[in-house]
Amino acid sequence: MLTLIVLTFALAFITLLMKRFVHSKYVGLITLVPFTLFITFLSYIPKVREGTNVFFKNEWIPSLGISLDLKIDGLSLLFSLLITGIGTLIYLYASSYMRGHVYLHRFFCYLGLFMGAMLGLVLSDNLISLFIFWELTSITSFFLIGFNNENEESRKSALWALSITGLGGFFLLSFGVMMGSITGTYSIQELLGQSEILKNHSAYILLISFLFAAAFTKSAQFPFHFWLPGAMKAPTPVSAYLHSATMVKAGIYLLARFTPVLGGEYEWNTTLQIAGGVTMLYGALHSVFRKDMKSILAYSTVSALGMLVFLLGVGTEKALYAASAFIVVHALYKASLFLITGVVDHSTHTRNINELGGIRHKMPWIAVAGLISALSCAGIPLTFGFIGKELIYEATLHYPLHTIAMILTVTAVVTNVFLTCSGFLVGLKPFFGKLTVRCAEIEKPEAVLWLPPLILAFFSVLFGVLPILADDGFVTALAHAINGKKIDQHLQIWHGVNRALILSGMTIGFGILLYFLFKKFRNPMRLTERFNAISPQNIFTLFVDKFRVFAFIYTRFFQNGYLRVYLMVIVIFVIGLVGYKLFEDVPLHVNTTGLSEFRVYELVVFLIMVVAILFTIRTSSRLTAIAATGVIGYCICLIFVFYGAPDLAMTQFAIDTLTVVLFVFVLFKLPAFLNLSNRAIQFRDAVISIAFGVLISLITLQALVSPADKEISRFYAENAYELAKGKNVVNVILVDFRGFDTLIETIVLSIAAIGVFSLLKYRASDEEISE
Amino acid sequence: MKRYRSKKEQDQTILRTATNYLLPVLLLFSVFVLLRGHYLSGGGFVGGLIASIAFVLHSFAYSTKQTLSLFQFSPMALIPAGLALSILSGLLPVLLGLPFMTGVWFADSVAVIGSVGTALFFDIGVYLVVIGVVLTILFTIAENV
Repeated sequence: MLTLIVLTFALAFITLLMKRFVHSKYVGLITLVPFTLFITFLSYIPKVREGTNVFFKNEWIPSLGISLDLKIDGLSLLFSLLITGIGTLIYLYASSYMRGHVYLHRFFCYLGLFMGAMLGLVLSDNLISLFIFWELTSITSFFLIGFNNENEESRKSALWALSITGLGGFFLLSFGVMMGSITGTYSIQELLGQSEILKNHSAYILLISFLFAAAFTKSAQFPFHFWLPGAMKAPTPVSAYLHSATMVKAGIYLLARFTPVLGGEYEWNTTLQIAGGVTMLYGALHSVFRKDMKSILAYSTVSALGMLVFLLGVGTEKALYAASAFIVVHALYKASLFLITGVVDHSTHTRNINELGGIRHKMPWIAVAGLISALSCAGIPLTFGFIGKELIYEATLHYPLHTIAMILTVTAVVTNVFLTCSGFLVGLKPFFGKLTVRCAEIEKPEAVLWLPPLILAFFSVLFGVLPILADDGFVTALAHAINGKKIDQHLQIWHGVNRALILSGMTIGFGILLYFLFKKFRNPMRLTERFNAISPQNIFTLFVDKFRVFAFIYTRFFQNGYLRVYLMVIVIFVIGLVGYKLFEDVPLHVNTTGLSEFRVYELVVFLIMVVAILFTIRTSSRLTAIAATGVIGYCICLIFVFYGAPDLAMTQFAIDTLTVVLFVFVLFKLPAFLNLSNRAIQFRDAVISIAFGVLISLITLQALVSPADKEISRFYAENAYELAKGKNVVNVILVDFRGFDTLIETIVLSIAAIGVFSLLKYRASDEEISE
Repeated sequence: MKRYRSKKEQDQTILRTATNYLLPVLLLFSVFVLLRGHYLSGGGFVGGLIASIAFVLHSFAYSTKQTLSLFQFSPMALIPAGLALSILSGLLPVLLGLPFMTGVWFADSVAVIGSVGTALFFDIGVYLVVIGVVLTILFTIAENV
């Protein structure tokens, strides 16, 4: 299974190289990638239906408890099926929709990477790898949302999406690390058994806060919802994919995944009910005020996500079962509606429903798909949406506390009324009524454009008429996985005349009324615009702007660009911190008796150094100063030689030479030497330097008396020849024992070289341009 | 101006003549230092520094441009080449089923060079990276500041 995910990533990168293939007429073949995956996942249905979970063990960093273990249970299987199934249709659709785009190969690369990341996310059984895939979805979706990168709005909304979901990712990591430190395992499967410990732990509230922060940002819950409507700047296939079945459902997945581990407590349920409830009302209300088909869908998606969070919050068996069904219901009709929007936009070049009407004469199949999806969204009998809605009302009506049950039900009904209306606005309004001027001249879309939404609509009806297929196939297994134990519920097409049915009827009735009301409304946006000032997006924008101002001031203060100031700050800081620690904690005990006598040549070297130092400070020529520091460096080399460190001496010697050369290169370009420092500054510098020198000397002397652990150096000395066949211990350490460090260091060096090169080269070429 | 240049050339006659002999000797020495590293003082890092100094000396005697013309390619190309060599030498044991960067050696030692193993190739990689880095930094600064 891991191989499949890795292969998905690899294929995505290969697509990048196959520019010619992607631009040829055979590009549709790329659909085989998600389709093969889809078939693979389908083959797991029989096993999972019986309630067995399939595990794939993959070691990664066993010493840290991090693995790439994958688990297929009802929850991950259903999400995988949605990701790959809808993915297949999106690939097919995009191969026509995006045809001729210059960067089509990049598009399919991003799409493939995103699909791989999503699969990894839902299949991971390890908190850390879950986090990694979670972040990968954020990053890849950034590229997808900002795909039209020459458009400023598009770039901006991609950045918003990345910032908000990235923020959530940070909380997910904190959550994972906390879970790991409390329970001692990162395996989600093992966490299931520690549910009681976690729920009674003092950090429970903190844990679920982190989890909620991650899930709410990803799944666009109020007040983090605004990145989702913004992300509509993406090409339509991307919106369809990200917002129906994948990206935004990741938060729902996360909550569902941890419901059996952390769910069921009062704080858990109440928070989710309130957050979900507010979001679903807010999104539904906003959706009917829009005229842009994609905006309507975006807000109704926000609302549907709210509904799912809300149902997970209600948390009863019925509610979890309803949530399971609704995930599928929503994915089917929402993806279909998005794809329809794409076709309409493609042929009429507008998404404004005021200008659209009567398109059914031009594209009958699209109209059929739109109609069915709108009906499923409204919950008309014989569509899957009807069954989903019944279940939701059943769940809210049977909430144990009566008063709360009433509130929950009313919230759900009101939301659904608005959702019905917005579904009609997108799925019916453009297709029925009189053919508008705008739509008179359009051509029939290709089959690959109308087939995918129609297939999705077909499933909406199929599951609506034969719910047993969905129930037996995956919904029961899904609910089982979310609940943690078996749920004895079944999807039924007819529950008899009960309260839920009456509510359904009311929903549809009011929904249709609202539809006729808003259909006529030319510009309802005016009504919402006056609230823009207090919209979460504005508040966030304000916060970000202020943060930037703060960052600017902060940077100006600490990073003022004077090397001497940096150096001084570092040295003073070291003196303060190390000095404090030294005098506070270590009994100062300088023992001079063990030191060896000054030998003549040492004394000579020492005197040369003193003279060189005096030259360095007193000279008024830069060249002399540099040469003098070079002399100091060479003297240190000699001392290394005296005390038996030839390797060190050689390196220091070479480095010193090169440093002097480097200075000389720069020196001639500098203006003439000017002595800008006055007495006070000189005095200050002297104090700092002397303090630093004294401190280092004290530490060195102190180190002599402290018993050092010779274990490590003895190991190296004894094993250098036996293990690494080298007699020069220093070199053996560098290239063998600690070769990895050396490797990283060479990489650091390379980065430094690239840094210098790009800084100077680009500046030079900029100047050439400006000339 | 012309006189000045010719005078400058005259000034550097000794340095130039010496450099012509010193450059190959120093490069040979740097390789020697690199190879002896495993048993005696030396190694890839120092070797690389010495080789760089040889080229810097050449650039002093002539000019940066002329030193660069000694290379078929930009010295910057040595950086990825060296890094690749180091990483590949670490990956070789992985192919044999050992952990990353385990030292693997040929059974028989080669004349002059001594025993050959992954550590040697790793060190050659370091050597190349160091030359590449030092020359890139120095020559970029010399040309652009």
